[in-house]
Order: sequence, then structure tokens, then C-alpha cells
Amino acid sequence: MRARSRDALRALAPIILALLLGGVILAALGRDPILFYTRVLNRTVFNASGLQEVAVLMAPLLLIAASLIVCFRAGLWNLGTDGQFLLAAVFVSAYGPALVVALPYWVAICALMLLAAGVAAAWAALPALLRAWHGVNEIISTLMMSFLAFSLSAFLVKTYFGDPENTVPQTLVLPVEDRLPRIAESLVHVGVVFAVLAVLVVHLVMTRTAFGLRLRIVGHNPRAAEHVGLHVPRLTLAVFGISAALAGLGGAIEILGVRGVVRADWHPGFGLLVVPLVFLARFHGVAVIGFVAFFAVLTIGGESAARRADLPNHFLLVMMAMILGILALVDHLAARAKERG
Amino acid sequence: MRLSGITKRFPGVVANDDVTVELFPGEVHALLGENGAGKSTLIGMLAGVQRPDAGTISVRGEAVAITSPREAIRLGIGTVYQHATLVPNMTVAENLMLGQSWWRPMRRDAMLARLAEISVLLGVQTDPDAVAGTLSLGQQQQIEIMKALWRGERVLVLDEPTSMLTPQGVREFGEVVMRLRDAGLAIVFVTHKLNEVLEFGDRVSILKLGRLVGHIAPERLRAMTPGDATAQIIDMMFGREPKPNDIGLRRATPPDGAVALTVEGLCTAPEARQQGLSDIGFALRVGEVFGIAGVDGNGQKQLAEALAGQLRASAGRVLLGGQDVTVLGVAGRQRLGLRYLTDDRLGEGTVGAYSVGLNLVLKQVGEAPFWRRGLTDEAAIQAHAESMITRYDIRTPSAETPIARLSGGNIQKALFGREMSNGPRVVIYNKPTYGLDLANIRLSRQRIREAADAGVAGLLISTELDELLELCDRIGVMYRGRLVGIVENGPDAGPRIGQLMVAGSA
Repeated sequence: MRARSRDALRALAPIILALLLGGVILAALGRDPILFYTRVLNRTVFNASGLQEVAVLMAPLLLIAASLIVCFRAGLWNLGTDGQFLLAAVFVSAYGPALVVALPYWVAICALMLLAAGVAAAWAALPALLRAWHGVNEIISTLMMSFLAFSLSAFLVKTYFGDPENTVPQTLVLPVEDRLPRIAESLVHVGVVFAVLAVLVVHLVMTRTAFGLRLRIVGHNPRAAEHVGLHVPRLTLAVFGISAALAGLGGAIEILGVRGVVRADWHPGFGLLVVPLVFLARFHGVAVIGFVAFFAVLTIGGESAARRADLPNHFLLVMMAMILGILALVDHLAARAKERG
Repeated sequence: MRLSGITKRFPGVVANDDVTVELFPGEVHALLGENGAGKSTLIGMLAGVQRPDAGTISVRGEAVAITSPREAIRLGIGTVYQHATLVPNMTVAENLMLGQSWWRPMRRDAMLARLAEISVLLGVQTDPDAVAGTLSLGQQQQIEIMKALWRGERVLVLDEPTSMLTPQGVREFGEVVMRLRDAGLAIVFVTHKLNEVLEFGDRVSILKLGRLVGHIAPERLRAMTPGDATAQIIDMMFGREPKPNDIGLRRATPPDGAVALTVEGLCTAPEARQQGLSDIGFALRVGEVFGIAGVDGNGQKQLAEALAGQLRASAGRVLLGGQDVTVLGVAGRQRLGLRYLTDDRLGEGTVGAYSVGLNLVLKQVGEAPFWRRGLTDEAAIQAHAESMITRYDIRTPSAETPIARLSGGNIQKALFGREMSNGPRVVIYNKPTYGLDLANIRLSRQRIREAADAGVAGLLISTELDELLELCDRIGVMYRGRLVGIVENGPDAGPRIGQLMVAGSA
């Protein structure tokens, strides 16, 4: 129990310290830090529609978090979730409008989700195979695949998947009434529930099942994995497949639930934003929900608070950077304290 | 210079145990020992890379703390490592000047003067503007020695310096060492090659499993003939001849037992820095302990891994009780009862951060009764752990303790228990007593004997002759990836095996 509260403190300390430091910077810039943070909260937590916006923003982030937890726990660093997410989103928005007309609604939705998962997994196949059979560093290869995915997406949207009627290069728009149903007249669509469930299922699979344990053994000690008889290359392929598929589902949810369309210049870059949150949560599926919520509050609330305090939007990036810097510092100090006993 | 009572522990093993070594100017001190004997750790402490847990290092009677490589250099201790540390695309001069202070750079004429000085000392010619990567390995090593001596010459540590040299290079290198010795340097020469000790060493210390097991002072070494010296050093390295009552301890295996494991023409491809196997063949009977002797690094580990399925065979067959298992992977062979007790307990045997309980079932992930329909049954794992902890006397605070926190002996007990559960038929014991204390060594040997009595065939890989002579029915000797001979255990087995180990032929 004491160990658990110490872990919680270690996870929260960077955030608290960064908020305090952010307050000092705000004060130095002549803004009232308390007013700033109050505005952040008033815009989000203490505001019904703001809270719903936060939940909606969380959906794709949570699916990416689930994707990252699977691969990080297995010691594989899939940093290509941005590309997998975007490419899946492009295919869903290209085939969505036609499919919802051709098929019964929920069959069409399921087909689109499968399509998204499949496209994303296929995009991850190359780095996965290179990693599994030739030991090629997946950090570099997945990142590079992301850049290719951005270009390929733009190309597809401008050519085969483009809406010829529109002067702006974008796909056909999924009509609002065909998007994912909303819960109780709010902004929150069912995709949010799906995303939360996905993170929880991933967490349970990773911690409570034989399959999850196999992946974790590979992550903790690949040589032990081989010694105890696990087929490491096969597990590596499975990890990439699952991880990419989850990222792809994130893309599908974002299109089906909120956007309904992909413009050629759209790439939200959620994947790399979620990486630090997953690290803050130490790959824990329940904790990551909290950190993603915090991030969503800071994004939505911070945007309006920064505007009202006459600060550039980039102030939020400064906050995020401070959290990461302090996270690294806290980890370093904790490791050193441990070393000295 | 004197290192006294040096002890250094790493998780699970004692790398140096109360080692005392003295260095004198004008003398080459050969430090002999097999891989893992603790040589590198010991010189790491001279170089300031490691710090001792206990013991003191003193220079001219004054205790010093070598806290960093910089401090070692300040004390005049230069180290030449086994692997090249020169920057290949920089010139000799640039390489030598690396690591100087940026605020007081050395002037070129001063550098050239120093280079000339050292070149005279070594008795070699050097072109300061040659690019390091274009020089021969022998020349590169001379530059490494110059670098080590650049800021003062008192003690020179050479870590396996001849491993990458040609015979010609070794001869030239020997001349350099002799010249430096005559100039009054104290030289530490680390090696696992016996002939080099006799060739270069004035004083010999022998390390084995972290302990200093032998020391020959210069007067004595000079008085001995090379043959005598060799015999005595082999004695110290591999243990003495077993006394008659030790042989009485040996088990008697019924000679007509069924064959448990057959290995035919097994080969593996050589890899970088790793011996391949060629044409290994033997048969192992039920209840027998078959020993594999040999100086470390002659393919023993590859043999163990090839049999366990971790290393792919390029040719040959492995049959388990008549069934061909060559195409099976690690898991398949395990299920049929072929077990591998690895010598690398923390590196591959366990996941250090996981609990003792989880490590005990690590080879059964997904199997009943610990997993049901893929879901972990924590209670079953816990109950299994508790019964194993009692049965194998694993000393641990609890079943939940991360296994890396246990001592080497207790980790070994846990691994032994793991391999022995679920119907073992053939067990490969790879250096099962390596890094353990005496009580655990005795216990491990007892366990191997009991397993054999219960009908489990054992393949015992060991670098310790007395262990093999104590436990085995027959002993095969490995030399450069080949099985060069199989010796029936008996009164004259020791010397015959020793001969095969060092020379590769009888």
C-alpha cells in the first residue's frame, strides 16, 4: 500500500510541479495564475458542455494510449501511431459515406472499424517484419513510416478518395445523422465509451492473462523469453498488429464520431502527444485515463484561458514541456535515491 | 602498488572475493583465469571503472581511492583494453590528444616531443599523422599503449592484449612489454592463455570464481622448468586430483540403461566472436551423468543452446529417447522433458523484476493449473511457489519478492526446482555451481546426483575438473567447437582430460 501511494506521488509530482512553475511564469508575465487556472477549470470541469468536449477529445487519445500500452509493455516502441491513425481515418472517411448507405447501419460501422484496424495493421507490417526477423530498430522505422503515411494520405485524399464536387481537397463528408449515435442528447458519442472499454480491456489482458504475460516477458527480458520457449518473432508481429490496429480504431472513431471528413492537410499528431502521458502513467491502463483527461482539460481549457489572458496558444506546449522535463528529473532523482539505498 | 582484500559483489554473484595482489616496478604480473573468474572486475578497479565493496588499494604504502578513470590516470595507471578504443578516422596525434583539457591544449611541438619520448621507451617508430584506422592491429595496439602511458608511466594494465594479434604481432608486442618492464614499469598482464603467462610473466596470480587460488613468486617461477610450471598452474586452475575417498562418492550407474538422448553430427554456424560446433556426437543413457569438460569458450554454451533449441543446428540430429526433436523449438523440447539449466541465471534464466513465484512457472506460461482459459490464477501460482520454496529450501523473504534480490545460490535453487518439475527426462546443467558459495556448491552437486539416481539423464557442462570427476560416469572434452575425446571416469581420468582440454588431443 505504501509502495502504491509512493508510485502515485511519483506520477503526480511532475504535474503538480509543472503547474506551480507554470504559475510562476504566468506571474512573471504579469498574468494572474490563479485566475488562469480557474478559467481553465471553469471552461471544462465546471461546465457541462465543456466537460462533454473533454470526453469527446479523449476518445481518440485513449485508443492511442491503449495502442502504446500494448507495445511499450512488450518493450517495442511503435512511434508510428500517427501514421497508422491517419491512414485508417482516410480509408474510413473514403468508404464510410458509401457503406452506411449500402449496408445496415451497425454492420457498416463494424465493417469500417475492421477496415481501419486492417489498414493500420498493414501499414505497421513492414517495420514489424523488419524488427522480428532482422532486428531493425522499430523506433526509426515506425517514425519514418509515419511521414510516408502523411504523404500517402494527402495523395489519396487529393486523388482517388477526393470529393470531385469540392474545391478544397477533402473526402466525401459523412452526413451528421450517420455519425456515431450520441448519448442522452449530449456531445458525447458511443465511441467515447468504446475507447474507455478498449483501454480497460487492454489493461486486463496485459496484467491478468497468459498472453499479456508473454508480451511482458519479451519486454522485460527478451533473452529470458527465448530461454523459456516463447516464439519472440511471432509475438513481435502480434504486438505490432494489435498496437497498430488500436491506433487505427482511434482514427475510425475520430471520423465516425466527430469529423466525418478528412482534409488533405489534416494530421492531428495525437500519437506523439499521448506518448508522454503513457509514460506518466507508467503503462498503467487505468492511470492513463486520468492523465489523458488531464491533458484534454488542459488543451480545451487552456486554449480559451490563454486567449483571454492574451497569451499565445503555444503557452500550452510550454506547460507540456515542463511536465516532461520535470518527469525526467523526478525519475532521475528517484533512481539515484534507489541506487544509494 | 597493492590491492588487498578486494571484494566486489554483483547481483547474484561474487566477482571478487578477498583478492590480494601486489604489483612491483620492473615486473610483469600475469593475471590468469577463465572467463568470469573476476579478472576484468579486478582491473576495472585499477582503472577506476569499478569500486570495491571491501578492501583497499594502496600506492607506495599509501591508501588511495580510485574513484574515476581520470583519477586512475592521475595516479599513473594506464589501461589498454581488450577492444580497440582508438577513433579510426582520426590521426595518431589526434587520438593521443583526446581527453586533454580544453582550456590548456597541448602545443604540437610539446606533443611531438612527448611522442618521441614514448616511442623511444617502446622502441617503435610512429608517424603522428597516420590515420589510426589504416594501421595494422599490432600498430594500433602500440598506439593504445602510448595513450595509456601518455600522462605518466607507473602502472600499465593490459587486458587480454594478444587476442586480436597475429603470431608475428604477438612477438613484437612481447618485445615492447619487455622493454617497458626493463624501464621500470609495473605491468599487469591479464590473460586466459597459459603459454603467454610463461612467456611474459615474472609473477603469476591465478583467479578462479572470484578467488585468488594460486600465486607464484618470481624466484619460484624462474626456478621451475616450463613443464613444471604448466603442470602446477593447471593444477591451480582446474582443481587438484580428487583424493581416493572423493572417487568413492561417485555414483554407480547401471551400465545397460536405455538411451535417453542421442546427438548425431550436430553442427552450428560460427557467429561473430562465437565458436561454431562441428560434428558433435554422443549418446546419453537413462540415469547417467555425462560430463562436458573444456576451457571456457570452446563451444560448451553453444552445445547447451543447440540441444535446448535456442540455437539452430546447421546439420545433425538430436533424438530424445528415440524421437527426433531437431525440428522442435525450445517449448516443444521442454514439453518432452528436455530441460536446460542455464548458467546465465539473471541474463536469461529469470526475469529479475518478477516475483519468485512467477519465475518458478515462467516456462509454463499459459498452462494449467496456473492459467485457466488464458487467465492467470494467482492463487495457484502462489500455492505452487510456497511448496517449491519449502521443497527446494529457497531462502526468500516471500514468494512475491523480486527474484533478482535473492542470492545467487537461492536463484539457482529456484531454477533447479523449475527445471525438475513436470517430468524431466534429460537435463543440461550448464556450469551449475558457477558463482556459488561452498555450501550451495555441495548442495547443487547433491541434487544432480539425486536426479540421476531418480533416472534423469544429466549433461553436466563444467570448467571444473574436480566437479566432473566427482559426478560423472563419462566425460567428453570440448576443444574449439569439437568433441575431441570421451574419457571413462576412473583413477587416471584427470590427467587425460587435462591434456585434451589444453591441447585438443591425447
